[in-house]
Amino acid sequence: MNLDSSEQPFGLLVTVGDSRIDASVAIQFKDRMRELTAGRPGRILLDLSQVDFVDSSGLGAIVAALKQLEADQTLELAALSPTVSKVFRLTRMDKVFPIHETLEQATGPRANAS
Amino acid sequence: MAASDGAEPQLRLSFPAGPEEVRAALLCLRRDLPRLGLDAAEIFRAELLLAELLNNIVEHAYCAERPGPGAGAIELDCRRKGSALIVTLRDRGRPMPGGGLPEKGLAALDVGRQDLPEGGFGLHLVRELADELSYARRDGTNILRVGLGLGRPPAEA
Repeated sequence: MNLDSSEQPFGLLVTVGDSRIDASVAIQFKDRMRELTAGRPGRILLDLSQVDFVDSSGLGAIVAALKQLEADQTLELAALSPTVSKVFRLTRMDKVFPIHETLEQATGPRANAS
Repeated sequence: MAASDGAEPQLRLSFPAGPEEVRAALLCLRRDLPRLGLDAAEIFRAELLLAELLNNIVEHAYCAERPGPGAGAIELDCRRKGSALIVTLRDRGRPMPGGGLPEKGLAALDVGRQDLPEGGFGLHLVRELADELSYARRDGTNILRVGLGLGRPPAEA
C-alpha cells in the first residue's frame, strides 16, 4: 500500500498512491495510517485523487483509520472520484467524513468541509 | 475468455479464492465488460457488486485470507440477457448460514467516533446495487445468481 504524508500549513496531508483501496490492502492501509498519523494532532487530510475503487473492506479501513485517531485529531477526505464518492453516498459515510471536492478547496484560505 | 458465436455474449473466469485473485478478476471484468455492451456506470456497478460478493465468498465460504494450495476455486460467469447482466458465482465452500445472504441494514451512524461501524457495508451495497439475487446450494456447491438491470439512466446523484 503506497501512502505518503507531508506536513502542510493546515496539518498533515496523506496521499494515497494506489488506485484501489480494497480487501487485499485494507489491513495495510489501516496500519500505515496509524504509523503516519501517530502523534500529529490537528487536521489530517486524505488525498484520494489517485483512487478509483473502494470496496466495503476499503471503506471499513478508512473508518478504522478515523477510529484509531486521538480526540485532538480529525480526518477529512479530498478529491474523491465519482465512483468512490458513490460508495460513500450509498453507505452514508459521506455524513461521517468531511469531504472536499478538491485538494485546493480543502486547504485554501476559506477551506470549509462541504 | 469471451465467447460470442451467435450465442449470448458471455464472460467466464475461474480463479482461486483469495483477495489478490479477486482483485485480478475484477480488473479483467473491468476490461472485458464493455464487450457485453455495458457503459462505464454499469461496469462500476457490476465491479462493486461483484467485489462484495466475491470478498464474501473468500472470507466466509472459504475463510481464506491467504490462498494456499488447498484454497478453493471460484467460478464466475457473466452473460447479457436482453437488458440485464446475469452473473452466476459458484464455489465449493461452506454454505451460507440461513440459506441466503442475511437481511441486515446499516448500523447507526449518529454515534460517537469510537462506535462507528467498520463492517456491514458490503451486504448493504449488495442490496443497493443488485436488482435480483438468488442463492442455492447444490451438491456441495454454492450458486449465487445476481441480476443487474442495464440501460438505466446514468447513476443518480
